[in-house]
Parts: sequence; structure tokens; C-alpha cells
Amino acid sequence: MIPDSIQSLFSNKAFKTLGSLPVVVGCLFIATLYVSICNLAFPADSALHVSTYTVTLFGKYLCYALLALAVDLVWGYCGILSLGHGAFFALGGYAMGMYLMRQIGDRGVYGNPELPDFMVFLNWDSLPWYWAGSDSFIWMILMVLAGPGLLAYIFGSMAFRSRVSGVYLSIMTQAVTYALMLAFFRNEMGFGGNNGLTDFKDILGFSLQSDTTRVALFALTALFLALGFAVCHFIVNSKMGRVVTAIRDSENRVRFIGYKPEHYKVWIFVVSAMLAGIAGAMYVPQVGIINPGEFSPLNSIEMVVWVAIGGRGSLYGAIIGALVVSYAKTRFTAIMPEAWLYALGGLFVLVTLLLPKGIAGFVPALIEKLSHSKQTKSVSNKTTSEVK
Amino acid sequence: MVVDKHGSPLLAEENISPDTRHGVILYVEDVSVSFDGFKALNDLSLYINDGELRCLIGANGAGKTTLMDVITGKTRPDVGKVNFGQQVNLLDMDETQIARAGIGRKFQKPTVFEMLTVFENLELSLAGDKGIWTNLFHKLSGEQKDEIGKILETIGLTKECHMLAGALSHGQKQWLEIGMLLAAKPRLLLVDEPVAGMTAQETERTAELLTSLAGEHSVVVVEHDMAFVRSIARKVTVLHQGSVLAEGSMSEIQANPEVVRVYLGEETGAA
Repeated sequence: MIPDSIQSLFSNKAFKTLGSLPVVVGCLFIATLYVSICNLAFPADSALHVSTYTVTLFGKYLCYALLALAVDLVWGYCGILSLGHGAFFALGGYAMGMYLMRQIGDRGVYGNPELPDFMVFLNWDSLPWYWAGSDSFIWMILMVLAGPGLLAYIFGSMAFRSRVSGVYLSIMTQAVTYALMLAFFRNEMGFGGNNGLTDFKDILGFSLQSDTTRVALFALTALFLALGFAVCHFIVNSKMGRVVTAIRDSENRVRFIGYKPEHYKVWIFVVSAMLAGIAGAMYVPQVGIINPGEFSPLNSIEMVVWVAIGGRGSLYGAIIGALVVSYAKTRFTAIMPEAWLYALGGLFVLVTLLLPKGIAGFVPALIEKLSHSKQTKSVSNKTTSEVK
Repeated sequence: MVVDKHGSPLLAEENISPDTRHGVILYVEDVSVSFDGFKALNDLSLYINDGELRCLIGANGAGKTTLMDVITGKTRPDVGKVNFGQQVNLLDMDETQIARAGIGRKFQKPTVFEMLTVFENLELSLAGDKGIWTNLFHKLSGEQKDEIGKILETIGLTKECHMLAGALSHGQKQWLEIGMLLAAKPRLLLVDEPVAGMTAQETERTAELLTSLAGEHSVVVVEHDMAFVRSIARKVTVLHQGSVLAEGSMSEIQANPEVVRVYLGEETGAA
């Protein structure tokens, strides 16, 4: 009676739907709607109220989730272990930061209508050429995509065409983000040096401090995450996606049946970099600052850990991994800041040893096990309620 | 057909087809390859006729695999000429272009896409546009499905169609790889040690499969297993120290005193 229905409920096919497009987008939509309404419709003293701080925190997590999606696309599906995706994230963030800097106008400390504060401080008398156009919203959107995309294209073309792969490629990506970090630390680069870009006032005329703007940015991030998921879902389920998976399994075989693996790798790398750029662009107005620290190699490694924990090669796994680890980080760093890196390292080791397919691989396997073995009624009921 | 090697690589290569009016599909002439002073191929010449099944034998280090590498573009020879048909110069092309022109290669170690199903493995191997944008929006046509079905039947994996290729047995992987070559509709198949590690039964099936392919395709088989070579070969080429030592039917080869000394002799001596 019950075991039969449970079995059909958790059959392998049913579980595939867990990561399907409507389910993920639906969950995201409901969560966003809930958080937004709880913030805007209930007064601060109500039990149902969600603070604006929390909304922004969630917004940050969703940026990370989009970033994890980008990392999973290249690592999980194409086997390119990038330890430098933080560079694309930061470049997208800087493109947004430049725009927000220009929106400050004459409200800066020095009151210069043309130049951002740090340029006045450095005694510059005009904007450097690469700041041209940065006050345009459209230009900003273009740069958020073109900056990371171009870097990925140039790097990818050179590395993949010379058939660099494996650990050498990972080290090179790491070197790129480290070099960019050092470069952006320099005041002469014209990106605010050590302090980066901050003190943002408003975006498209809406104050960044107001609750409604914060909720809107959060909702927009959720929308981009949903779109990003849809794009990745489409790519990995197309024949193109199967070619990419095939490259991961055996690049030589792919080459000898007439594909150009390097073209595919560059393409997927560029798409991934653009997604990371969008994540960075949504991140900056919510946290209110972008500085060279975002290029730090440690950040890029953390992204890989998200994906490993969530489930490499599973799109919803990447999202879950980013959310779980980021939430744990917020909690952990509040209680014992100095222990966080040990906890992260420990988590990574444990997951690699015990759950090679991450959370996304573990949960279905567990439930299948439970539904296949003759379990008592109470256990079966428990799993149903957990899933619900 | 004239090949414009400076033309767009995306447009030109689909049209390449070998000119086999003289009955020869592959010309390898005076090819030498050396690695750090070691001559892997030494002034080697070899002609493969259109539709024939040829066996290449030779001791380890005789240059069999290097020859395959040269034909498929993986290794560039120091000197020599390699033509596909009369006019297509393979030395001007890279691996991908050569594959698209119609030369399929099976590796020594079975190489299939383990995380894809048998069906998907064949789908990716089908002849057709191998560009990114087309494949992003590609849908299989009914014709292509029939084609895959036919290949599945040929290689005997119809039942395993939706299994992950990684779950196949060693022999089945070998057949799948041959199937993948067939899906690309090649003119010339280069098959490196197809029966290594197979059971006697599997070996027999592979022999049937390869002989059935000859005629429509030209097949070059590299193999160590002399019993297998005896069972399929019509013409055998013996390589020794990077050049051709002898060529002829199996009985001619066996009677050749040189061959007996350097190759077959070793085999019987070892046994």
C-alpha cells in the first residue's frame, strides 16, 4: 500500500524533475515573493517582518548562486577547473561600480561634478579614457558583459588553442586573477586602488539606501538567477551541451570525430564568464562596495568549493551549494570568525571523501535507498514530509 | 575536387571528398618521422586501395601507431607525402579537418564518452555540421534516428541503446567506438588493435563486423593477434623499424623468410 506509492514517488524519474526548470524557477519565485512581501508589507515589529538587512543578505547569496552556476557550467560540464572565476565576477562588479561612481555626481566629499573623489584626491584633472561612457546605463550593461567576456575570450583562445588543460590551466586562471588583483590595487590603474569604488548613492535615480530599491535589487538578482539557470539548462540539454560533456570525458575522441574542442571550450568559457560578470554587477549595488579583494584567489577557490559541495555537474546542485555554504559562512563568521576557513576546508574534505557527487547526488541516492529497502511506515512518512 | 586550404575552415571542409579514380584511397609516400633522433618511420610508402581491408602487423616500435598518427594529423612527418585520394593533401589539414574529410580512427584503448548514453555517443558522431550554433539548436531528424538505429544493429548494441557508455563491457565499448566511426560516414577507417582484451567470442564477432565493413569503406587494421589477422586479412603489410618489410597475402607473408625472421619467428620463438 504505502511502500508502492512511495516508490513511485521517488523513482529515479521523479527525482530528475527536482532539478527541472519549472521546479527551480518556481521555488526561486516563491521565495523571492515571500521575502519581498514580508519586508514591504509588514511593519518592523511584526513577527513576519523580514529585515532589509536580511533581504540584502539573501540578494548577496543569490549573486553567489549565479556565480556558482557559471563555475559549474565550465567545471562540472566541460571539465575546465577554473580557479580564477573571481576575476570575471570582479570585472562585472567594477563595470557596475564605475557607473554607480558617476551617478554620485557632485554629492562626493570634494563636490567635483565630473571626477570621482579618489581621482580628485590623486590630483587628476580629467577622466582616464577608459572611464568614457561610464555614466551611461546602457554602456554599463555592455561593459558588464564585454569586460569578462573579452578577458575569457582572449585567455580561452590562447590557452585552449595551445591545448593547455588540467592542473596547468587551473594554475594559469589563478595567476590571471592574482595579477589583476595586484594591478587593481595600484592607484595609477584608475579604479580607486586599495579602497576600490564605494560611497554609492543611487541607481537610475533610486536611492540605494531605500527599502524598496533593496527589495527590487534582490528580486532582480533572483530574476537573473532564474534566467541564468534557464540559459544553462538549455545549453547543457542541447546537442551542444552533449558535445561539451563529451569533451570533458575524452577531448581526443571529440577531435577525431570532427569537432573543434577548442572552439567549444572558448565558447562555454565566455558564456560562463558573462554569467559571472552579471553576478558581480548585481552584487556591487547590494553590498555597496567593490575593491580588489574580490580578485583574491581565495574567493575563486571558495566558488569551486560551493560547486563541489552542491554537486558538480548538476545545475541546481551548484545553486544549493552556494546558498548552503554562504549561509554557513554568515553564521560561522558571526560566532567564530577565525574558525571559518578550517570549517570550509573540513567541509570540502568531508564532501569530497563521503559525497563525491555533492548534495545533489547524495539526496536522491539516499531517498532511493530508503524507498527501495523495506522501511517501516514511520521512516517513509518522515522522508515524504522532509521532501515536502 | 579542388581544396582551397586558405578558404574559410567552416565552409570548405564539408565538401572535401577524395578522388579515387585510380582505385587508391590513401597514398603514403616516402614518409619519415623521427623523435629525438629515433626514426619512428623511415622512408615508408604505403598505398591503400578503395574498399580494401588491410592488416598492418609488426613488432612493438615498428611504427604502426606513428603511421596512424601521421595519417590522422596528430604527428607531422619530417618529409614525405600523405594524400587522401589523389588530390587531398592531408599534411595541410589538422585532426578535425581530416576527420571531417572522412577518415575515422579507433584508438588502441577504447575511447567512448562514458557519461553519455550509447545513443548519444552515436548522435554526436553523425556526419553533419559540427559548429557550435547549429548544435545549440539541433534536433535529431527521423532520418538520423533511423541511421543511428541501423548502426546500433550493425554493432549489436540495440538493447544497450539507453545505457551509459561507461557501463558497457570492454568489448561493447570497442564496438561502440567502431559504430561511432561508422556514424561519421567515413571513406577510410583506421582501427588500432580492435580485439585487444576481447574474449574469443567477441573476437569472432569483431572479425565479422570488420569484414562486413570492407567494400563500402576502406579499412586498415593494426593488430597483434595473429590468429585474428589470419581470419580477416586478404592483404597484409608487415612493418619493421619504420618501413615496409613485406606486403602480400597471409600465406605469402608467412612464407617470406625475412618476415619469419623478424616477426613471426619471434612469435613462435616466444610461444
